[in-house]
Amino acid sequence: MKRWLLTAAVVAVYLLHQDVWFWNTTHPLVFGFLPIGLFYHATYSLVAAVLMWVLVRYAWPSHLEHEAEATVLVDQSPSSRTGL
Amino acid sequence: MIPALVVFAYLGVVLYIGIFAFRHTASGEGAEGYFLANRSLGQYVFLLSLFGTNMTAFTILGSAGHAFANGIVTFGLMGSSSALLIPMGLYLFGPRVWALGKRYGFITPVQMYRDRWECGHIGTAIFAIQAILLVPYIVIAVMGGGTTLNAVSDGVIPYWFGGAVVAIVVMSYVFFGGMRGTAWVNTFQTALFLTFGAAAVIFIGVSIGGFPQAMQRLLESAETASLLTRERVAPRFFFSYMLIPLSTIMFPHISIFCLTARRMGQFKKTVIFYPLCILAIWLPCTFLGVSANAMRDVPGIEAKLVARETLATERETLSMAEATELQSEASGDDVIILMLDHYAPLWLAGLLGAGIMAAVMASDSQILALSTMFTEDVFAYYGGAARFGPAVQVQTGRLFVIVIAMVAYAIALEAPPGIFGLAVQYAFSGYTTLLPLLVAALFWKDSTKWGALAVVIWTAVTLIATAVLQATVPVPPPGTIVPVWTVAGVDVISRTTSGTDVLGYMPVLPMLIVSTSLMVGVSWLTPKPTRTTLSRYFGN
Repeated sequence: MKRWLLTAAVVAVYLLHQDVWFWNTTHPLVFGFLPIGLFYHATYSLVAAVLMWVLVRYAWPSHLEHEAEATVLVDQSPSSRTGL
Repeated sequence: MIPALVVFAYLGVVLYIGIFAFRHTASGEGAEGYFLANRSLGQYVFLLSLFGTNMTAFTILGSAGHAFANGIVTFGLMGSSSALLIPMGLYLFGPRVWALGKRYGFITPVQMYRDRWECGHIGTAIFAIQAILLVPYIVIAVMGGGTTLNAVSDGVIPYWFGGAVVAIVVMSYVFFGGMRGTAWVNTFQTALFLTFGAAAVIFIGVSIGGFPQAMQRLLESAETASLLTRERVAPRFFFSYMLIPLSTIMFPHISIFCLTARRMGQFKKTVIFYPLCILAIWLPCTFLGVSANAMRDVPGIEAKLVARETLATERETLSMAEATELQSEASGDDVIILMLDHYAPLWLAGLLGAGIMAAVMASDSQILALSTMFTEDVFAYYGGAARFGPAVQVQTGRLFVIVIAMVAYAIALEAPPGIFGLAVQYAFSGYTTLLPLLVAALFWKDSTKWGALAVVIWTAVTLIATAVLQATVPVPPPGTIVPVWTVAGVDVISRTTSGTDVLGYMPVLPMLIVSTSLMVGVSWLTPKPTRTTLSRYFGN
């Protein structure tokens, strides 16, 4: 369930980037100087940061670090491979 | 000349950090020490250096220049899309690449591909295309250096000399300091730019009587009012442009940098703060680039606007040479520097010039990455390391750093203006098309080396085709398109002012769709890697 919710959040944020509703609009000028289209995408960047925090908080692949630390470095030098 | 002197002082500091401050740790280390700083970078150096690596001439000068010509759409095209997709790429792939590097000792992505798909020369093909695609990115840094020094010195320092200075400085600290020196220089540069970038916006805003007044001046004319909307770019183009930031994780210097973290947890703050750093840099650059259209009192900007107006009104009567010259004059890659030069006090213009130079010089990581790849994926792979030993391996990497810097400089002297287009058309589109390699290697058991080869060949063919098309079909006037291939009345491929489009989308969209299909289709039809290899990547 958690995975689906997070995936849906990522897809939703991705789609929100395509804000055709502000395409040809200048006004309102937020704070008196920021066109609405620019303000929207500035806010979008903040939303992206929040989304990344949520992903790190609830879906961090910590098992990878444990596996990497637990594994003794094996000499699997790719240089020894030949052919195509 | 004072700003130019400040910039030179800055270059001296950078050289000190890169060469001397960390020379004692770089010398005597093996390949992993020189190329990866012994996988020991701490939290904040990792974040700031990674961000600095991505903050290039393209980001600072190219984005402002693009906004100068196209308006606020620039931020949505590359800024906010990067704010989501670059950290997303780091989140999905960075920890996995880091963990595999830690477990199996990989120094480059190609080593991982060779191991994962049990291949040799196909890995070399991946190396070749990654290396070729990285060169334009290095070239734009040298071009940016030449442009910056030329502008901050009021033209006293010629473009060729500025470019040479940047190439030599970067080459020197990469040569001596390796990854550790490069990472610390990037950290210093990022901190410098973030600090003085904010000062630039405030000073320019105060000097022009406030940004609200500048916006009102733009709104008074229909021509400039459109810069405050996104009507100059079609929604289809905007949509497909969002694929461009996917290229970031495929850039070799980024994937190699993922291997330098001391702990995997260092990716956490990096992915959270990355969108904020993007916002802090891209928003002011875009805004200043757009605002420049209201600054006709700056002689350099006025000349650009006149050139643009001449292009628009007299296009039919201009010869090709005249049109090209006017396009060059109208190019806005140096508008931020012209603003600083005009509005900021000399000392601040110098510091800000240094800050811009900091961003421009981010080619260091790319040069080091190319050197790392050549040394590990070619020299060591084909027996050089075994035959001559690790010390010669590192020296070979250093020699390659010199060669790359010289080649990039030679290309920069001949390359046409328009940093933005040059980088996007080839490097970014190409790396995005290569993304199925990384996705398949890390997440899809059934992927094969033949699927990988198909992706590489497809990427090379499409990039060559795009280059040939753009070289043979003349650039149309702004706002117009030239159909190149029409089927049943539908323009499938068209030549535009900024490049090429396919059914109104950027070429990167069909390129990525086909490369993904090739990876899937060819892998289904060809033999899989052995169970032993798969178990090392996916468990039993």
